[in-house]
Amino acid sequence: MDVVNQLQRQFLDYSASLHREGFLDDQFTQLQKLQDENSPDFVVEVASLFFEDCEKLINNMARALEQQQGVDFKQVDASVHQLKGSSSSIGAMRVKNVCIAFRSFCEAQNREGCLRCLQQVTQEYSLLKNKLQTLFRLEQQILAAGGSVPTIE
Amino acid sequence: MVMAGESQFHVLAVDDSIIDRKIIQTLLKTLSYQVTTVDSGAKALEFLGLHQDDTTNPNTPSPPNNHQEVEVNLVITDYCMPGMTGYDLLKKIKESSLRNMPVVIMSSENVPSRITRCLEEGAEEFFLKPVRLSDLSKLRPLMLKTKLKDQNQKQEEKAAFQSPKLQQVEQKQQPSNDDKGKAIDEGLSPEKKN
Repeated sequence: MDVVNQLQRQFLDYSASLHREGFLDDQFTQLQKLQDENSPDFVVEVASLFFEDCEKLINNMARALEQQQGVDFKQVDASVHQLKGSSSSIGAMRVKNVCIAFRSFCEAQNREGCLRCLQQVTQEYSLLKNKLQTLFRLEQQILAAGGSVPTIE
Repeated sequence: MVMAGESQFHVLAVDDSIIDRKIIQTLLKTLSYQVTTVDSGAKALEFLGLHQDDTTNPNTPSPPNNHQEVEVNLVITDYCMPGMTGYDLLKKIKESSLRNMPVVIMSSENVPSRITRCLEEGAEEFFLKPVRLSDLSKLRPLMLKTKLKDQNQKQEEKAAFQSPKLQQVEQKQQPSNDDKGKAIDEGLSPEKKN
């Protein structure tokens, strides 16, 4: 039981830090609350979809910004808008915030600003991916040790 | 909570984002609704049994869910979609034989003029994304209202073709339906009282 308690505390501490550091917001907690016996892997599934979507959109943005003969800022903006939506839906606050800034640069047709945001969004996505994988690993360890994943409030 | 003998409500959710489709599907299933998700307005119209040309005939009578194989009780759609927007879809539904179908719009952007335009076009509700369970619990009264309206319409149509004697017998049996409806409505009111 000691092992389970330790792991559970680790999980809660880690969750708390992710929220404190702005990686996740309340929307992520809402998604965790939706997970139950009927959809036991819901959060992991949504996260996977999000990361796939992120990669696709980041590639689209990179390609559009590379165009030497003239950047189609509308196209870049469309991808950023989609990413902003997805990150908001999953509670990926830092990614979402970069998207907000990114959209302003698209509107201003500022290529340099856009490229900086692209770099930032790539970084935030990588960070979040690692952190969520750590979080999910902790969940698996708790379950493997015979415990239950504590609910966050 | 599904009452015995009451068929489940079926919601058609329209969103081009795969993540949002997954989330809305889970949210709606948590509320015990049957859910179908599609990724475009065009697919939504197809699922509803509407074709582009159906929507331009305002003289089409509106028998409930005549064209569909599967009955849909409510459409919830994202606003911003490539091709046909949620607003376009709303308009097409309201101009079709399914004009009584409750339609709800979701949007990640809080644009007052957009909200007004949708509500004026006949949208029952406008939710800001990310959508919460508490938003979706507003759907049941909308679907119930339409179902009861449809049931009453059917009763009236039936009665119009029956002899006075038979009508008397039918009316004796009716009260139980109405009571059921009232009980459900009252059960749903708590939120409004706040």
